[in-house]
Amino acid sequence: MSNTQRDNGSATSAEAKKTDPRMNEKKCSWASYMTNSPTVIVMIGLPARGKTYMSKKLTRYLNWIGVPTKVFNLGVYRREAVKAYKSYDFFRHDNEEAMKIRKQCALVALHDVKSYLTEEEGQIAVFDATNTTRERRDLIQAFVKENAFKVFFVESVCDDPDVIAANILEVKVSSPDYPERHRERVMDDFLKRIECYKVTYQPLDPDDYDKELSFIKVMNVGRRFLVNRVQDYIQSKIVYYLMNIHVHSHSIYLCRHGESNHNVEGRIGGDSELSPQGKQFAHALRDFIEEHKLSDLKVWTSQLRRTIQTAEELGVPYEQWKILNEIDAGVCEEMTYEMIQKTFPEEFALRDKDKYHYRYPGGESYQDLVQRLEPVIMELEGQGNVLVICHQAVMRCLLAYFLDKSAEDLPYMKCPLHTVLKLTPVAYGCKVEMFYLNVEAVNTHRDRPLGKIPRDSDLIHRRNSYTPLSSHDQVKRPRLYSAGNQPWLPLAPTPTALMPEGRPSQESLCEGIDFDSSEVNTGCVRF
Amino acid sequence: MLDPSPRELTQNPLRKIWLPCRNGHIVQRRVCMTNCPTLIVTVGLPARGKTYISKKLTRYLNWIGVSTKEFNVGQYRRECMKIYKSFEFFSPDNEEGLKVRRQCAMAALNDVREYLSVKGGHVAVFDATNTTRERRATIVKFAEQNGFKVFFVESLCDDKDIIAQNIVQVKLGSPDYIHCNTEEAIEDFMNRIKCYESSYQSLDEILDRDLSYIKIMDVGRRYLVNRVLDHIQSRIVYYLMNIHITPRSIYLCRHGESDLNIKGRIGGDSGLSARGKEFARRLRKFIQEQNIKDLKVWTSQMKRAIQTAECLGVPYEQWKTLNEIDAGVCEEMMYEEIQEHYPLEFALRDQDKYRYRYPKGESYEDLVQRLEPVIMELERQENVLVICHQAVMRCLLAYFLDKTAEELPYLKCSLHTVLKLTPVAYEVESVFLGVDAVNTHRDKPEVRKHKCLSIDMKS
Repeated sequence: MSNTQRDNGSATSAEAKKTDPRMNEKKCSWASYMTNSPTVIVMIGLPARGKTYMSKKLTRYLNWIGVPTKVFNLGVYRREAVKAYKSYDFFRHDNEEAMKIRKQCALVALHDVKSYLTEEEGQIAVFDATNTTRERRDLIQAFVKENAFKVFFVESVCDDPDVIAANILEVKVSSPDYPERHRERVMDDFLKRIECYKVTYQPLDPDDYDKELSFIKVMNVGRRFLVNRVQDYIQSKIVYYLMNIHVHSHSIYLCRHGESNHNVEGRIGGDSELSPQGKQFAHALRDFIEEHKLSDLKVWTSQLRRTIQTAEELGVPYEQWKILNEIDAGVCEEMTYEMIQKTFPEEFALRDKDKYHYRYPGGESYQDLVQRLEPVIMELEGQGNVLVICHQAVMRCLLAYFLDKSAEDLPYMKCPLHTVLKLTPVAYGCKVEMFYLNVEAVNTHRDRPLGKIPRDSDLIHRRNSYTPLSSHDQVKRPRLYSAGNQPWLPLAPTPTALMPEGRPSQESLCEGIDFDSSEVNTGCVRF
Repeated sequence: MLDPSPRELTQNPLRKIWLPCRNGHIVQRRVCMTNCPTLIVTVGLPARGKTYISKKLTRYLNWIGVSTKEFNVGQYRRECMKIYKSFEFFSPDNEEGLKVRRQCAMAALNDVREYLSVKGGHVAVFDATNTTRERRATIVKFAEQNGFKVFFVESLCDDKDIIAQNIVQVKLGSPDYIHCNTEEAIEDFMNRIKCYESSYQSLDEILDRDLSYIKIMDVGRRYLVNRVLDHIQSRIVYYLMNIHITPRSIYLCRHGESDLNIKGRIGGDSGLSARGKEFARRLRKFIQEQNIKDLKVWTSQMKRAIQTAECLGVPYEQWKTLNEIDAGVCEEMMYEEIQEHYPLEFALRDQDKYRYRYPKGESYEDLVQRLEPVIMELERQENVLVICHQAVMRCLLAYFLDKTAEELPYLKCSLHTVLKLTPVAYEVESVFLGVDAVNTHRDKPEVRKHKCLSIDMKS
């Protein structure tokens, strides 16, 4: 997908857009075509109002549906500039020295936003900061106007002290600002920090000052919303998403159907029945559910026999969803990989080149699957405890959403038979527990082929698309500085400093645990 | 209690859905979107678009498969009063009038109860002003007694131009004003609105904080959403936030005639025939002549549709979800061949064309689910031309023209004919572009009695 420079920072950028080939190009990605100008989402709210939680979740969702999105967390930039956080005094509005630093950080962050949206093929930038004053928001709006971006504000308002306290304990105590992690001291200092912001907080005023802006005000963790002037499709999707997510605790269980007869024969697709081992797994699954005493567990299956047979053994009501059906392999349905390689050698090779975008002739691609599964994700966000009995490719897509995996990694995620994954939201991410139910099954996994496969033009694009980026990619990117300005911040930031809230990078969290490795894990993996 | 004995699965031959059965009998399992029925209650002064919203919402919910019905209290009142004299009927001092109005509301609620509890409806839309807290409390109580969830939809608008436009467009044609001239009607209606204004209690942030509702302000410029309880309410909110009343036109047509069309074969992915290409050229001329502002063009990802769009010489978007219905094992067959090789399937399709799913393919019902994002986006957009396929076009048309599941699969969507839809009035203009094409339409066959085809349609 070509990307002409749209940044010339003036009114002529609108002109440039008219001749921008990207506008005339046949955009085929179903989600991305709607956004012509890039959008900056600006978070607003006092500390501990869930801004970062919403930023990260929204970013994960947008990337999953194919809209390249990235979070820019101002706290990270501030921690870069001011190596050691001492106390809440830094945030006092009369602390001139600090105010200068904070403003400079905002400018650097905005500069990075501009680079991402104009040079790095980003579509949406989420500017995660308090942005509580009109002055700050006017600054951002000037920036946005100068670059012909769209802007959408997301304000989180909460006056429930219990919610705020819980937030502080959940995410602030482990922040790099508080290395000693002493709970009372953290709580005390953080509450004082919030007070500093309250003095100058000017909430969005929908009746007068801010009535022309596009925004959503989220009140009391989603009990109430005010939505003003939604401009386009992507803003409407963002609103719908924010209105559907919840913070209450629930767990999602993902597993595949029991081993099927086709699995045993090495055939893909089809609509075969469970093998004897598969039936055993269904029994084991029933015991598993009883063991875990899951109250009000909803069970969902696809409309293929093997998942329904699995669910039948559980003896509880279940719901059939056609959209949970396995990826349609088109002309390759019910063949073994050997047969495919023999009968359609070109197709076989193409699939290995770009497994995510590759569409089976007369069938689907992983990318199509993601689009198909979006309503499932939306429903899962709104539900309590759910067990989804599905299929390998489907499970990979769902898992990639929860674990923020990129399009490159998604088709190679390990989803073995007879293994249940339990996902529990925790802090900003998702905790994964893997339960192998001790019933043998064949291995249906094909690893990523070795060696670098060149992504060249002879790959048949059945349609163009954006490659979704996962939001944890951002730590690897070097930061750019405005031309002509000496970087006054040190040049080589350490990875931990770049992680929002100083959470250790996901690499180090997963030390020793390779989710994609060939051994089956039974440990608990924290992402 | 966990079910002890294992159940076999049997596939419903029509819908191709696997259902558990024991001893050859299908064990029924009801799966539905809404657990308990939902009562949607409109709130607002006259001429605020309540009926417009009610009808549109009802149409959308029915199309996606949620049985919905609207109950307009004004209609009950007209039945009761027979003749409308003047706005005085609505005066807050008119005791007699108040009595009648309350009775009508009760009668409507009774019908609501029958629809939701007895007739198996999922959603009822109670369309009335409901402008006092007292009236709303009555409704909430009624809902609680019957186990219905309540969701309020309030429409607030102070824009005099919009209100005037509403009155002219909708009220002047009302049976109430059949004997009045325009000025008289407008004056009377404005007075009618005044009758409600003094007692109007809008949904309040504090007093009504436990209710579930959406407040629509200034025809959708702003929304306030409170306590959305479940999935259906969330879908309703999403829909209401995406619709608008800006005048625009939607053009629906099929791809030009394809090579497989000529051969009488269904499905496949063939290119345009010579006549099909001619159609594409005429289509280009047509849309140029129409001089449509900012027209968006959408196609499917099948060759014949893309080729048609290519000819237009304007940017277009490809949607895989606009692809023709998947005929599974019957792809690229002629109807005669299907009848020969799969006589049972052929017969089943004629029995219930909407729910019938091709083996390893799709049904019209599946198609509707697949097309829902298209409808949502069409609602958001303004002028759009959709170049699609026969079954797809039938589904989209059924949404706009409020056709039932029974009618949908038999809607006439001929090749080389563009349908121009102007929403709000829901007028359909059919324009044949003068290029001959084969006829791909099959009418609903007459009912023939076959004893051996006793399929339980509800399973």
